[in-house]
Amino acid sequence: MNAHHAPIPKVGTLVAVWATLIVLTVVTAAISYVELGELNVIVALLIAVGKASLVAWIFMGVRFTTTLTKLFVVAGLVWLGILVLLTYSDYSSRNWTYQSRPWNQTKTPMFEK
Amino acid sequence: MAETIVTPGHQPAPSEIEDTHLRHHFATPEQQMDSATLGMRTFLITEVLFFGGMFASYAVYRNLYYDAFASTSHYMDVPLGATNTAVLICSSLTMAMSVRAAQLSRRNDLIKYLILTMIFGTAFLVIKAFEYHNKWEEHLVPGFGFRYDQPQFEHNAQILFFLYFCMTGMHAIHMIVGLGLLTYLAVQAYRRVYHASYYSPVEMIGLYWHFVDIVWIFLFPLLYLIGHRK
Repeated sequence: MNAHHAPIPKVGTLVAVWATLIVLTVVTAAISYVELGELNVIVALLIAVGKASLVAWIFMGVRFTTTLTKLFVVAGLVWLGILVLLTYSDYSSRNWTYQSRPWNQTKTPMFEK
Repeated sequence: MAETIVTPGHQPAPSEIEDTHLRHHFATPEQQMDSATLGMRTFLITEVLFFGGMFASYAVYRNLYYDAFASTSHYMDVPLGATNTAVLICSSLTMAMSVRAAQLSRRNDLIKYLILTMIFGTAFLVIKAFEYHNKWEEHLVPGFGFRYDQPQFEHNAQILFFLYFCMTGMHAIHMIVGLGLLTYLAVQAYRRVYHASYYSPVEMIGLYWHFVDIVWIFLFPLLYLIGHRK
């Protein structure tokens, strides 16, 4: 009986993940030189999410953990989503209130686009 | 408390009769390991939220000062940033290999991979230091004689450089802490503390190291890549 319950990862798996991460780094740097408009941001972030998921799933061994631990990881991401979404939607929608009240003269230059 | 479990008819290898470091408040080494893993991941989630606050302010200011933020990517050194990303990914691989070596009770491999991880981590910090030095030379440090080629963006671009130094600086501090932890691991590994029945410190610090890698995976595109083609 050993203390480890997790299977030992294969060297091949780890090296394959490493190679994929390196390739994705080169791809994301190369794509940034191509003008794609708004797609540049989306592609860069999608590749970053993909790389982070690979690191978390294989290197950090989330795949081998208990359901409780997986639940904790998902809960953490939900809280991060709340943090970013609520802050971002607050700031990006402040303009709307001023536009919906044209009699309001107290515009702050900060929120004018 | 040494715990020796020997299956009948099986001659235990030296690694199998070593201490599992089981604390009295845990029933089994498995339970102890599960608790440690859960605790470490919970800590890392609070770290995600810590960095998340800075990422949220980045998102807000990028939305408010879109053009000023896009103009700053031009001053970021993409080849150096990409090199640093690759260096960190390599250090993550060697860290994963360290954990594997510990799981297999391969002491020499464990020490070798821990030292490799520290070399990659140090290389990252050295490259980062060169980048900081260049920013200083180019007068791009906010507040300290900040000068910007595009005067219409001078005020708002400073916000991005402030975020740049905050986020990469916090990341670098995490790297330095990680290097200290790796030094501790290497010393303990040299003293033959870790083996197949007890390696949770290696795995926990490995989780921390991979987390720091993940933070950089997001910092690199957000700070270096978005809008630098303009």
